[in-house]
Amino acid sequence: MTNESLSYIFINASLVNNFVLAYFLGICPFLGVSGKMETATKMGGAVTFVMLISSMCAYGIHQFLVAINAPFLQLISYIVVIASTVQLVEMFIKKMSPTLFRALGIFLPLITTNCAILGLALFQTNKGYGFVESFVYALGAGAGFTLALVLIAGLREQLNFADVPEVIKGTALTLLIAGILSLSFMGFAGLGA
Amino acid sequence: MLTKTLDISTSPHIRQGTSTDSIMQNVVWALLPVALFAIFSFGLSAFFVIATATIACVATEHVLCRMANKESTISDWSAVITGLLLGLTLPPSFPLWMTFCGGIIAIGLGKYTFGGLGYNVFNPALVGRAVLQAAFPVAITTWHPAFLADRFTSVAASIFTFPFMEPPAVDALTGATPLAAFKFDQITTSTSDLAFGVISGSTGETCAVLIILGGIYLVARKMMNWRIPVSILATVFLISGVLYLIDNQIYPSPVFMLFSGGLMLGAVFMATDMVASPITPVGVFVYGAIIGLLVVVIRIWGGLPEGVMYAILLANAISPHIDNMIRPRVYGTANTNDVS
Repeated sequence: MTNESLSYIFINASLVNNFVLAYFLGICPFLGVSGKMETATKMGGAVTFVMLISSMCAYGIHQFLVAINAPFLQLISYIVVIASTVQLVEMFIKKMSPTLFRALGIFLPLITTNCAILGLALFQTNKGYGFVESFVYALGAGAGFTLALVLIAGLREQLNFADVPEVIKGTALTLLIAGILSLSFMGFAGLGA
Repeated sequence: MLTKTLDISTSPHIRQGTSTDSIMQNVVWALLPVALFAIFSFGLSAFFVIATATIACVATEHVLCRMANKESTISDWSAVITGLLLGLTLPPSFPLWMTFCGGIIAIGLGKYTFGGLGYNVFNPALVGRAVLQAAFPVAITTWHPAFLADRFTSVAASIFTFPFMEPPAVDALTGATPLAAFKFDQITTSTSDLAFGVISGSTGETCAVLIILGGIYLVARKMMNWRIPVSILATVFLISGVLYLIDNQIYPSPVFMLFSGGLMLGAVFMATDMVASPITPVGVFVYGAIIGLLVVVIRIWGGLPEGVMYAILLANAISPHIDNMIRPRVYGTANTNDVS
């Protein structure tokens, strides 16, 4: 167990150690759906939702694995649980909002095997977070992910009209903006400690 | 005989003679006193740093334009401003090869990548400095005292180092900036020292009075949006004032916050970048308030003594969203702020 305060956990996960801009996790949805504001916010919501669910699940699995003295099963059980969770979300979204389902396309299944989701589960286990801490950590990570996605989407929308050199257009430009944004997030270092 | 055809054009019909070039030139004039004071207080070292940064920026712009088979855009003076600003934000003893790299990055990554002047979503000089801060964290926080007796005859030993060279023995003559002194040792500096620049710091950030005068000149010539610096400084003053009233032992006084570090230089010359800031008057106030808030948060609760650079870069990233959310009502339509 840790003695970090909840506000510190939230600020740490969302700003200081932002999953995208400091840990470089979850880059594929970050590059894929950051072209438009609308899909970016929806993707952020979906990732936050999956993070919350998988963080809860990971907490339960960890307790169970410790109880039966089989921590070596951690990685494989996390992956299985996260995969099935995302399947559930996908069915839910398909039923509730077909437009969103079509807009997200391939990216929802991509979250299944996303490093950000698995990373979150592993980090929280390593840091020894309890149930409430895990929840706040997942909330912070999701908020940070959404923030990064939305910031990039705004800049990319603005740059649609710019005279960007041919070689840089597209993914390269997005990665360069992400780099500059990552540099500016360094300013949050040490916040909330 | 009808000799003249009717010209049909959209408004505006009455135009002023001001062009991008003349605005940029005026910004350079406003920056020159600041740069001259930097050379006066830090001597030859500051001159070398500012000159190297400017030369690097102008040369990079020229080479990149030529490589793309376009007309060189150095004659619009914007690369000179980027170079001057970059040089003014660096410590006077900063190694010249690092300064040169910073200039190349500022123009190459911060400006040309996005399509040149008019499309740079971040302030190019600050992009260059942010990269330098990440790459050379020690060199960029090694400060040099101002008004040394031999400042016009000798330069700091660190300035002529080269890559992979053994760094010179640490200068005995290093001086902490007022912000670092406050953050790590709880020492405050007097307001008059801060205002007139009798302190150590980055080359151009020390003399607040000259920076304000430069800003007033640009505002008077309507070449700068006065709302940006005013809202930044007011936000910083208000938030730090409230904190100071709560506990004047832990938190610095609002006047100290206003005049120390790069806040003046950032608020007057960098946050006002016309491309990277929002368009509407209300949006501009929001933008300034965000910068002010971030500056106070990073300075007081963050791990770094100074956060103006990061605050401006983050606000640059937010500014497209501010423009999206605050849209002026189109004439003749219903008064809704519904943006779908």
